[in-house]
Amino acid sequence: MADSLKIRVLVRPKEGILDPQGEAVRSALPALGFGGVRTVHIGRLIELEVESADEVDAMCRRLLSNPTIEEYEWEVVS
Amino acid sequence: MGGRLVRIGVTVFPGSNCDRDALHAVELMGADAVELWHGDADLKDVDAVIVPGGFSYGDYLRPGAIARFAEVMAPLEDFARSGGPVLGVCNGFQVLTEAHLLPGALLRNISTKFICDRVRVRVENVETPWTAGCEVGEELTLPVAHNEGNYFADAATLARLEDEERVVLRYLENPNGSVNDIAGVCGEGRNVVGIMPHPERVSDPALGSDAGLRILRSVLVGAGV
Repeated sequence: MADSLKIRVLVRPKEGILDPQGEAVRSALPALGFGGVRTVHIGRLIELEVESADEVDAMCRRLLSNPTIEEYEWEVVS
Repeated sequence: MGGRLVRIGVTVFPGSNCDRDALHAVELMGADAVELWHGDADLKDVDAVIVPGGFSYGDYLRPGAIARFAEVMAPLEDFARSGGPVLGVCNGFQVLTEAHLLPGALLRNISTKFICDRVRVRVENVETPWTAGCEVGEELTLPVAHNEGNYFADAATLARLEDEERVVLRYLENPNGSVNDIAGVCGEGRNVVGIMPHPERVSDPALGSDAGLRILRSVLVGAGV
């Protein structure tokens, strides 16, 4: 059986791109009594198990993120 | 077209929900309505394609992101790149941006709320197959129903779109935060158009308006009908 690598991909809105979801959460936190929250940005965590990490970057560019509005980073977890 | 009925295809993905409306609107246009299943490997010899609204593949990952890899998209991309008229409506617009047939992306509405309303838009460009029957500056009232309708393109892309007059529809009152009030754009070849409003929902006078036919019937102008 081929070895399996666990990959963690983090996708988030590019700097300066409007993040209404993050903004909604930021404004909800004080309503629960949490003060001092300056900004909230919401991204997406994607975990993959792959046989090889060779194509992970291409997967990120072609499907897992939309480079027009998002940036990504990924790492081999184990 | 030699007297042959114009054939207009409507793609159907799992989760499309405006496909029946679009097929009905095509019939009201006097054209032949052809269903294009997402697993189809060809476009059944259609003269134009509508990618309808809905929640293709449950909007998983990003709206349009999964539909873009459906089997029917390969012949559709060839058709679009060879100049065939393609109209993406709402989720269809999102699919076409994900497929890089149109520039930019549709972000979540600035209000974070789903918007279901009627909006007024102005036709900015009539040099596309989907607006050829309209007049520049013509104002239409069309329904919108979307959560991610907030059009975004980076500054360079936006400048280029405006320079090349590729904004097709503009909101009179911006409902969703779209840059430059953009409600619809066309691709470089002008044959591919994406719009957030739903012309197919106002194509039958029985539903209160047939303003949408101003857009949809335009494609017949180019076809010489």
